[in-house]
Amino acid sequence: MPKKKMIAMLLAGGQGSRLGVLTKSMAKPAVPFGGKYRIIDFPLSNCVNSDIDTVGVLTQYEPLALNAYLGSGQPWDLDRMNGGVFVLPPYVSGSDGKWYSGTANAVYQNIAFIDQYDPEYVLILSGDHIYKMDYARMLQYHQAMHADATIAVLTVPMEEASRFGIMNTDEGGRIVEFEEKPKHPKSNKASMGIYIFNWKILRPYLVNDEQDKASSHDFGKNIIPNLLNAGANLYAYGFTGYWKDVGTIGSLWEANMDLLGAKPEFKLSDKDWRIYSKSPAMPPHYIGSEAEVRNSLVSEGCVVYGNVEKSVLFTGVHVGANSVIRDSIVMPNAVIGENVTVEKAIIGEGACVENGAHIGAERLESDGDYDTKLTGDITLVANTVTVPEGRRIPVGMIVK
Amino acid sequence: MENAFGLIYTGDASMQLRELTFSRSVAAVPFGGRYRTIDFMLSDLVNTGIYNVGIIAQKNYHSLMDHLESGKEWDLHRKRDGLFILPPFVTHDNTGVYRGTVDAIRSCMGYIRRSSQKYVVLMGSHTIYNTTYNEMISEHIKSGADITIMYNRTPVYDRKEQFDDLRIKFDKDGRVTDLALNPAITDTEFCSCDAFVMEKTTLEYLVEDAYAHALYDFTNDVLVSNVDRLNIRGWEYTGFVARLNSVNDYYKYNMALLDKAVSKELFSHEHPIYTKIKDEFPASYVGEGYAKNSVVADGCVIEGSVENSVLFRGVHVAPGAVIRNSIIMQGAYIGPDSVLDCVILDKGVNVLEGRTLSGHGSYPVILRKGTVV
Repeated sequence: MPKKKMIAMLLAGGQGSRLGVLTKSMAKPAVPFGGKYRIIDFPLSNCVNSDIDTVGVLTQYEPLALNAYLGSGQPWDLDRMNGGVFVLPPYVSGSDGKWYSGTANAVYQNIAFIDQYDPEYVLILSGDHIYKMDYARMLQYHQAMHADATIAVLTVPMEEASRFGIMNTDEGGRIVEFEEKPKHPKSNKASMGIYIFNWKILRPYLVNDEQDKASSHDFGKNIIPNLLNAGANLYAYGFTGYWKDVGTIGSLWEANMDLLGAKPEFKLSDKDWRIYSKSPAMPPHYIGSEAEVRNSLVSEGCVVYGNVEKSVLFTGVHVGANSVIRDSIVMPNAVIGENVTVEKAIIGEGACVENGAHIGAERLESDGDYDTKLTGDITLVANTVTVPEGRRIPVGMIVK
Repeated sequence: MENAFGLIYTGDASMQLRELTFSRSVAAVPFGGRYRTIDFMLSDLVNTGIYNVGIIAQKNYHSLMDHLESGKEWDLHRKRDGLFILPPFVTHDNTGVYRGTVDAIRSCMGYIRRSSQKYVVLMGSHTIYNTTYNEMISEHIKSGADITIMYNRTPVYDRKEQFDDLRIKFDKDGRVTDLALNPAITDTEFCSCDAFVMEKTTLEYLVEDAYAHALYDFTNDVLVSNVDRLNIRGWEYTGFVARLNSVNDYYKYNMALLDKAVSKELFSHEHPIYTKIKDEFPASYVGEGYAKNSVVADGCVIEGSVENSVLFRGVHVAPGAVIRNSIIMQGAYIGPDSVLDCVILDKGVNVLEGRTLSGHGSYPVILRKGTVV
């Protein structure tokens, strides 16, 4: 097989438990985002736009939706003769076989896949983030620094730094210390979970780490510290631009809202950096005579008879007459009946909200006690659930 | 899988579509917000289970080839069969310029001969509908007809609006007794939908036979003049049919998509219409921008007001702009405070600030591709 300069390994095994019911039957990277995309479209499109044509997608949690979505990789132009996109689940070899026990272990178990391409560099990505990034430029930096590994970092506000893995660097950008979620951070350069490794260097570290029974087989906790301890050349590559971890209900909602407006926080309309996705072959959307749509994103296949404000409607959504959707995200093929009110909510894929229902209504004492730890003030209707006619769903409740 | 292949003739030289076909064949004319005419024919065939499709190109086919590429968007990039674009080429028995449909079909006899399927669905490219041909093909086999014509009931056209209007009369057993092309007077509402099923060998014979008699027009010389000789039957289609006979029809049928019943019929979930994917972002309504009773495609940015209109992919409507009763094709920019009423803007038209353009429902104004106003 022809040698590749750099291939990407995309860690898509995460369950995304903080997304609650949204990831009940699909892995986090398969969660819909931005009207017509799924989270995994972002790292995949970044790869293709950065001229990386070989991507291994490491999955183990509810892989069906993700497998079906990726297919041959054609929507991302990743149906290649040599290379392309590969779904890599854990497998049994000989009498052994086990689940991926950590990010490093997942890559370790696929050493044979990587070796086939004999790459000089391996790019490690995660399928949890929304951003546009040119990995080719990161590689140029990696090469220019003669680094053994390069970690993309984002400058975060100092007060939030203790939520991230923090890189402490010298003046030249070389990483001197790595602290995972430090109580008293010394810098605000947060790891984005994007690494470029020289494969010759990473490979023995993965093998050795596998032997270490005490290791949790994680890049951030084990591999990076081990490399640092051995005095390897690790560099931080500063990224500026939009980057969002959409791991929680709140951040998923916010990231969708960031797409709205004339000058959105995050611009999807960049012709030089398109985000590719699988098209469901639906006609353009239709807005009815009595409908009112303001400051919103509306995707193909939608039919809108009601009022929509500051919301994101995914493909194939139906909004009935006299309904009001405000500050909300309505995922693919959801049906909103007539006289429905939806406020600051996420309506799951294929869910049905029947006539007169009120989602995100003011919380009353009579609503009793319910858990809003995951949702905060966002109301969540799970995928394919039906909210019966006239039902009132108070703020922050999860309808399963 | 049907034991049939599709053959689409895209050489119709329709002058009646005016500026819309100056630089493209009818098959490549944009329709319905994100499609080209040929998407409907190809999707109909693929949804039928026909995966061997030949497209006879004649003139201005660059735009068509650009759209079709390898056929992958229609699932037609295949090792066995797939999509075959058949442009004119010059050999000792093919001059490259066709004298008519018979000539055109005859020049791709090689493709027809190589196709392993028993039946052929022969189609034109200016009639839009969403169906599958399975029932028509099995009816054809059961009835023992030589040729089966798909037809629907259409009121008589105004003379100006007539284009390849093939009127059909049947006897009480359903056999075609009369065919008339563009008749000035007709008392039948049965009108051909420009799709014909027959055995491949029948097509080969009829085409060679017509050619040998120096007859070159398939409709006139093969169908109309052979009504007595051939057992021609019909298969009625009762769904929505859009014939792009003229600019007025083009306007009328695009606007028909604002009717929920029509658009539901043309874009069924069961039989999707496939087209080239552009990977545009979802349409964005910004600031004071809104749309009413309109079809809006992905990639549009709406900052102005849009009413009773069809907007194709990537149209930008600036603040203060007003669009009414119009069809705006891909990539147009409508400047601030401009007003458009009853216009058809071809691809990439740029309307600068404060311009006003107005046609009438019975005579929409067309602006050619790339015009700057």
